[in-house]
Amino acid sequence: MTEFNQEPIVLIKPKRYKFWFNIFIFVFLIFGSLIFAKFSIIEVITNFFQSTRLLSRMFLPPAWNYADNAIGPLIETIQMAILGSFVGAIVAFPVALLAARTFIDNRFVNGPTRFILNIFRTIPALVLASLFVAIFGIGNFAGVLALSIFSFGLISKMLYESIEAIDLGQVEALNSVGANKLEILRYAIIPQILPQYLSYTLYAFEVNVRAAAVLGYVGAGGIGQIYERALAFRQFDRVGMIIIISFGAVLIIDFVSTSIRKRLVR
Amino acid sequence: MIKFVNVSKTYPNGTEALRNVNLEIKEGEFVAILGLSGAGKSTLLRTLNQIIPVSSGEILFENVDKETHKIYGDHPSVDDKANKSLVTVDITKMKGRELRVMRAQIGMIFQNFNIIKRMSVLQNVLSGRVAFHPTWRTILGLFPEEDKQIAYKALKKVDILEKTYSRASELSGGQMQRVAIARSLAQEAKILLADEPVASLDPITTFEVMEFIKKINVEENITTIANLHHVDLALKYATRIVGVRNGEIVYDVPVIKKDAKKIIDDLEKVYGRPITQDDFVGDEE
Repeated sequence: MTEFNQEPIVLIKPKRYKFWFNIFIFVFLIFGSLIFAKFSIIEVITNFFQSTRLLSRMFLPPAWNYADNAIGPLIETIQMAILGSFVGAIVAFPVALLAARTFIDNRFVNGPTRFILNIFRTIPALVLASLFVAIFGIGNFAGVLALSIFSFGLISKMLYESIEAIDLGQVEALNSVGANKLEILRYAIIPQILPQYLSYTLYAFEVNVRAAAVLGYVGAGGIGQIYERALAFRQFDRVGMIIIISFGAVLIIDFVSTSIRKRLVR
Repeated sequence: MIKFVNVSKTYPNGTEALRNVNLEIKEGEFVAILGLSGAGKSTLLRTLNQIIPVSSGEILFENVDKETHKIYGDHPSVDDKANKSLVTVDITKMKGRELRVMRAQIGMIFQNFNIIKRMSVLQNVLSGRVAFHPTWRTILGLFPEEDKQIAYKALKKVDILEKTYSRASELSGGQMQRVAIARSLAQEAKILLADEPVASLDPITTFEVMEFIKKINVEENITTIANLHHVDLALKYATRIVGVRNGEIVYDVPVIKKDAKKIIDDLEKVYGRPITQDDFVGDEE
């Protein structure tokens, strides 16, 4: 029992310089951004009352009878989203294959392909849309093109990561029976990634519906276009109605798409 | 039938997996390859169908039809000898389509079964026939009726015909391995490579699967080369035991019942440690 009566053990606690340095950087960045953006809490409070006035003009009551006029553009928006994700998904498939080491093990192919994918992924849909409106003029076509490229970036990146993560044993087995590259793709790769591929396409569709609602704002068609017009004419009750309709549509589509995706990846 | 001549394999990271391997395997043999993990057993098996290319040396197959690459074994019939141009080929020199057609003559099963889980059992077995048809047909899954007959017969042979239309993911481990054996049978392969075929199975299923492998070895005269973990499996099913240590073949004996004790003693040298209870699956019951 003598052990307990001996001198106390003294351990030198390591100094956590790095931890406190990180905290300092974090706080500095947040306050720095607040100052840079001229954020003022007083302004938020004073403008809050103005915003309630605006909100009441939008929703108390919304222009219920405007719903008929909004349905058409809404359907157009959904059509744009469907077409965009469809085209994007089709183009994404071969490109994702080229980016994946498990299909083509050649860094002179994988490397540049991934570089291109990363570039496409960084451009927001809105930027693409305003670019295409400038090139092809105002209308749906510019919107669909923007959504296609946006979906392509989204799907191809996720898909190529899935292709890299497949069980290579199945590829090896197909190799051992003398299959060629296309047969390996058909029998060992596609069965493993097909559910994910469909799921990513649906996800792109969800994101597209939300993005497409905004795209009209830069003149790329859909519900955003009538939103912009109503706002310009200060018809806030119509704006309210459009927001309600878009919100409802996005909610339903997200719900349906999410439940389908849950069933796919199992 | 098969000859390894001075085969060496060094991986890009410098590991010497095989050092100057010379090995001759005769038609109908059941060769068990024993050795510690990392001794080079898997590499040895995979060089045989060139899933892993050799660094140097030759792997020869005798009496191979020059056109179809079908393997006629050590005793081709007089007819075959007269009508076909049977030659000795070196698989390490083959590339592209020729290599794929040659691979199609060699079946392979794996520890993790490696069947396509999201496809039906039938599609899995038919995938063993992809090298015999034009790519457009196999991509569309248009296998001729005679291939389906081959597949049904293969499934019947491993006693799993009733699962033909089941999704492969629904099967148990033992059933999956039997589907993998059926895939090799559908290849009408003359050689079966088995890489730790029972290592992920429970003892009862282990014997079940080993019985099927032995059955096709004997009944179909399919030369079998199996990496095995368990000494008693090798003694029970193999006709020959080859010991691998540090990429070299250090032991090679025929399996004779009365020599079992001596073989177990010898294997201590192959393993570099005493043989313990862990090296046995145990009794069947």
